[in-house]
Amino acid sequence: MLCTGTGCVAGGAFRIKETLENEIQKQGLEKEISVIITGCNGFCGQGPLLVVQPDEIFYGFLNPEDIPFLVQEHFLKGRPVKKLMFTPPEKKEPIPLLSEIPFFKKQMLVVLRNKGIIDPEKIDDYVARDGYTALEKVLISMTPDEVIDEITRSGLRGRGGAGFPTGTKWKICRTEQKTPKYIICNCDEGDPGAYMDRSVFESDPHTVIEGMILGAYAIGVSRGYIYARTEYPLAIKRMDLAISHARDYGLLGENILGTDFSFNLEIREGSGAFVCGEETSLIHSIEGKGPEPRQRPPFPAEFGIWDCPTVINNVETWANVPVIINRGADWFSKIGTETSKGTKIFSLVGKINNTGLIEVPMGITLREVVYDIGGGIPDDKKFKAVQTGGPSGGCIPYSMIDVPIDYESLTNAGSMMGSGGMIVMDEDTCMVDVAKFFIQFTNDESCGKCTTCRDGSDALLEVLTNITNGNGKEGDLEFLEEAGNAIKDASMCGLGTTLPNPVLSTLKYFRDEYEAHIKESMCPALVCKNLIKYYILPEKCTGCRLCLKNCPPGAIKGELKHIHIIDQSKCTKCGTCLDVCPTKVSAIIKVSGKETEKITGIEEPYPVKRREKEIKK
Amino acid sequence: MAQLTLDELRKKRKEAQKEIYLREGKYKSKIIVHMGTCGIAAGAREIVSAFLGEIEILPEKDVMLTTSGCAGLCSMEPMATVELLNLPSVKYGHLTPDKVRRVFKEHILGGNIVTEYAIGIGSEKGG
Ligand SMILES: Cc1cc2nc3c(=O)[nH]c(=O)nc-3n(C[C@H](O)[C@H](O)[C@H](O)COP(=O)(O)O)c2cc1C
Repeated sequence: MLCTGTGCVAGGAFRIKETLENEIQKQGLEKEISVIITGCNGFCGQGPLLVVQPDEIFYGFLNPEDIPFLVQEHFLKGRPVKKLMFTPPEKKEPIPLLSEIPFFKKQMLVVLRNKGIIDPEKIDDYVARDGYTALEKVLISMTPDEVIDEITRSGLRGRGGAGFPTGTKWKICRTEQKTPKYIICNCDEGDPGAYMDRSVFESDPHTVIEGMILGAYAIGVSRGYIYARTEYPLAIKRMDLAISHARDYGLLGENILGTDFSFNLEIREGSGAFVCGEETSLIHSIEGKGPEPRQRPPFPAEFGIWDCPTVINNVETWANVPVIINRGADWFSKIGTETSKGTKIFSLVGKINNTGLIEVPMGITLREVVYDIGGGIPDDKKFKAVQTGGPSGGCIPYSMIDVPIDYESLTNAGSMMGSGGMIVMDEDTCMVDVAKFFIQFTNDESCGKCTTCRDGSDALLEVLTNITNGNGKEGDLEFLEEAGNAIKDASMCGLGTTLPNPVLSTLKYFRDEYEAHIKESMCPALVCKNLIKYYILPEKCTGCRLCLKNCPPGAIKGELKHIHIIDQSKCTKCGTCLDVCPTKVSAIIKVSGKETEKITGIEEPYPVKRREKEIKK
Repeated sequence: MAQLTLDELRKKRKEAQKEIYLREGKYKSKIIVHMGTCGIAAGAREIVSAFLGEIEILPEKDVMLTTSGCAGLCSMEPMATVELLNLPSVKYGHLTPDKVRRVFKEHILGGNIVTEYAIGIGSEKGG
């Protein structure tokens, strides 16, 4: 593979080619080795260059004089020539190849194939990158049943949470007798910290539209809705523009591309309650009713908007469809694991060096995501857990960091795939506090219809609050487990059946942390305010007054060059003193549990000098 | 605009490819500023104006400025991608208007990558 990009040609690539061909002929190797010229390889700084396949050996800075030796050694004798290979200049490689940077290297862009390349506000940019070719393909050469069959064989499963096989859902709806039928794109995206769907809308809205047109064709639908939360103004604006461009081009509307297939699409804005993302509740919201879920079955595929058969899929699910139609079910089903095919987008947030939006093949391990792509935990802190699946998910501890990311493995680990939120937690995170955070969230977001979800989450929250306040008591953990399982069993929609997950999974993996709170009044991660104290180490304080000046409630006593003390009765535990104390002094510590008793501080500030004299003695 | 037929869509695609791939047409370089919610929050609008300011004073308008969505590495926003004709693209991160002016002068006009600000060169692996 000889690069003949502009750079290499200027460097003499064609002279290399000639010598190479001559030498290969001389050695009688022309049947085994062919010289193929390629476009720019990308590593222009090394040109002229070539890559030997299938060995994947890269030779750079080539001269025609090197070629006879190279052909003899490598091709004839099978000994790759070290001195012509690429040697990274001393560690400090100034600009790495994007495809070699860990953050990008392990990603695989299928849904996000156009991200950062096209202008999302220009339909022609999408069209140029093979946009709407899948639509052409089905209109010319595939029946609706063949489209459904292709999606079924691809193994695509819903990306919105539950992972239901998409082809099966479509088939159920297609075979329903009742008409009209509808399709919906779910862009409610209520998980805290998740923004995958928003980003797809913002960077490539047409791939969702094309996916929906293909779905409409396959299922036999002429009207679709995009349900997006009002809090996503940019995403909605771009989607709106994309829909109007598609309409102008005749890709939406009556008689699409001159055929007799018609499909209309409109956006409905929801006010962004978490429960609105639940499918039956979302359907109620589109109908103009209050967003309360209802009992399933019947499922929306049979009984959806205005009781008509309705397919509802997540943004990312729809966005996969054009790629599957274009490249085929066989190609798609080669990516991923036995039961989970394709890629998944995650928003990687929390205590991680490379925060961002990533798309990875299913089956990649959590370790690869956290350490290779995410670049590990900042400040050399220890990894503690990763929370997946949003408020419905659970926390996965370090001991399970090698689990592959697929629907089943995450469920078995007590969490779930969910829609792709991934929050990394380090040693400074209190797991009881995390559980409380999520229960607070679901408690706020519960629609209140089911007693178990409404009152059950109240009860969980109360106990968790007690524990974090230092008022936990014997039996609390058993209660959390019992109540959690009851809420799971008795609630109607997914909000209730999954809300105990953050509690149950942290109880399972971090039970000792709960116990420390209850039995020793200790928060091991030093987070829960009622259980910690700030303290100034007299042997380190230099009396600089920085903490004193910055303390919001004025809880610090002292004067210049005097050792300061914190009045615990006034301290609000905001942590400002710890932040402002200069690193080289580091006189302020946080303690919890038994440690707090050990500390018997000084009563009144006294001069730093006196301490120094005492030390000398 | 009149609605397209299948054939017309294909023709459109051919034309659009000329624009997006820089190979033909009047541009010799292309700047993409990543404007997802994250980019805008980090100041991508300022970056766009800074590039625009530089392009405005060029005698020949052969630099294309366009915007795109999030590039994924949100913690390095604001980001931009610079492509020169027939060369692999370069991504820059943590841009400021001052850095933009340097990238414009040294990379876009001068052809030398500003290594201090560059995150990476080339493109990511597709599916
Ligand atoms: C409380 C709750 C919130 C949900 N939120 C969302 C959401 O924000 N986005 C989404 O796509 N699915 C959400 N779902 C899942 C939907 O009910 C539904 O399963 C999904 O949209 C189906 O699409 P899929 O098969 O493509 O995954 C939620 C479910 C529950 C129970």
